Amino acid sequence: MAEIVRGQFDRQMRRRRLHGQIFHILCLVSILIGLGMLAALLINIFIDGWQRVNWSFLTSFPSRHPEGAGIKAALFGSIYVVALAGALAFSFGVAAAIYLEEYAPRNWFARIIQINIANLAGVPSIVYGILGLEIFVRFLDLGKSVLAGSFTLALLVLPIVIIAAEEAIRAVPPSIREGGFALGATRWQTIWRLVLPQAFPGILTGVILAVSRAVGETAPLIVMGALTFVPFTPDGPLSRFTVLPIQIFNWVSRPQEGFHEAAAAGIIILLVVLLSMNALAVLLRNRFQRRLEG
Amino acid sequence: MARNPSIIETKQLNVFYGTTRVISDVDMDVETHRITAIIGPSGSGKSTLLRCFNRMNDLIPSFHMTGSVLFGGQDLYDASVDPTEIRYQIGMVFQRPNPFPKSIFDNVAFGPRVNGFKGDLNGLVEDSIRRAALWDEVKDRLRESALSLSGGQQQRLCIARALAVQPQIILMDEPCSALDPISTQSIEELMRELSNEYSIVIVTHNMQQAARVSDYTAFLNPGEDKISELIEFGETRQIFTNPTDERTEAYITGRFG
Repeated sequence: MAEIVRGQFDRQMRRRRLHGQIFHILCLVSILIGLGMLAALLINIFIDGWQRVNWSFLTSFPSRHPEGAGIKAALFGSIYVVALAGALAFSFGVAAAIYLEEYAPRNWFARIIQINIANLAGVPSIVYGILGLEIFVRFLDLGKSVLAGSFTLALLVLPIVIIAAEEAIRAVPPSIREGGFALGATRWQTIWRLVLPQAFPGILTGVILAVSRAVGETAPLIVMGALTFVPFTPDGPLSRFTVLPIQIFNWVSRPQEGFHEAAAAGIIILLVVLLSMNALAVLLRNRFQRRLEG
Repeated sequence: MARNPSIIETKQLNVFYGTTRVISDVDMDVETHRITAIIGPSGSGKSTLLRCFNRMNDLIPSFHMTGSVLFGGQDLYDASVDPTEIRYQIGMVFQRPNPFPKSIFDNVAFGPRVNGFKGDLNGLVEDSIRRAALWDEVKDRLRESALSLSGGQQQRLCIARALAVQPQIILMDEPCSALDPISTQSIEELMRELSNEYSIVIVTHNMQQAARVSDYTAFLNPGEDKISELIEFGETRQIFTNPTDERTEAYITGRFG
């Protein structure tokens, strides 16, 4: 009996090992496809745009002549709009998450709110553009301004921030809250001094994701009425503006070859902005984590 | 043993989670400057009972209770009482050491700070850590993270943290269950020392520990209906050598539990 069973096991072992190897290779191929595509994209863009990336490209405004066209207006517009949107989404998102996790009673109503926040994260961004146009541009009469654009983008990324912040807050062990309460800390003191510092790295991760999304968004800002040809940098929150993806889109749709090179150069700048914002947030997060772990 | 005045008295205390009654009709007195142990099998509601003494159960939405808990004669569950106000007069140490992810100093200073202490914080922190018999081990590393301490040191830090708000009584919820025997011994010695100045209630599943450290022992046991009651409460010596209830005898001689 034991002989037969062991014989079966031996035969099966070969098959099992083979299955394992096939799966391993499949996974490897999947990651290589993804990486290959990304590499092809980056190489293509760098070949097209590299010689256009220089100081005058960064400091010139757009122009009718492809050789003289620069990215200054869009770069400043993007930085203003996204920084403001990030700050807004961070404050409102964290406050909403604190309410949902720490204050709201655990009932069907809170659950419905939570489910709908997750749904909001899946709403097409153009819908937020229409909302932004109606509420911020027209109803609140902010005009097609930096402020209206930031509000629209903040609304768009708010669900991402809320969900990430909720998860980070939930991951703080209950024993920490109990420890605070047992010493006579109020709910607010417990949240502010114990829960938030510990949740902060996780919250920052959410903000990184949100800001990355906001930097690349085009559709809602076009619907909202951002300009496509801007020969100035925003001089205040009510100034009109454009952003990098819109500028790139505009150049790509021109017939002249020179504008296509400018578009590729613009994409390189966009990537650099994105990566440096992410790097900054990762740096902040790591510093905070080290401080907690000591 | 001479009787000391009571610091906590429960009267006809019944605890419910939702509509399920988990503890019925507990009447017990906790004396000042004594160590009172609550023993009983797993799930007998020892921790639940302990958490009635500083209103920590309030954090559980389905919790409610009837009867009363008096703390120095004042009804803890009176509508006019703010639980936050109660909790800094009653220290608590938990089952697993739960130091905050802050420095050793900031852990001990947390209680005084949130309660608005104005004075010599350094002195208060040092005094609290000394009382918890931890000073010599940490005096040169107060700015280091509390998480760098060993489990036993962390638990003594949690005791120091509780002492820093000058409580009259300390509740300990199985404080040694996550510790090795040597750390356990040092906590037990510390408890004996602290009982000169503080009243202590300790929940433990370890009967030897109750026998070693406590002056009084309360035995909780769930009945047929799963509702726990206080089977017997008295001087530890009497409970362990001459219990009056046969269920107590069965439990302490290890026939169940």
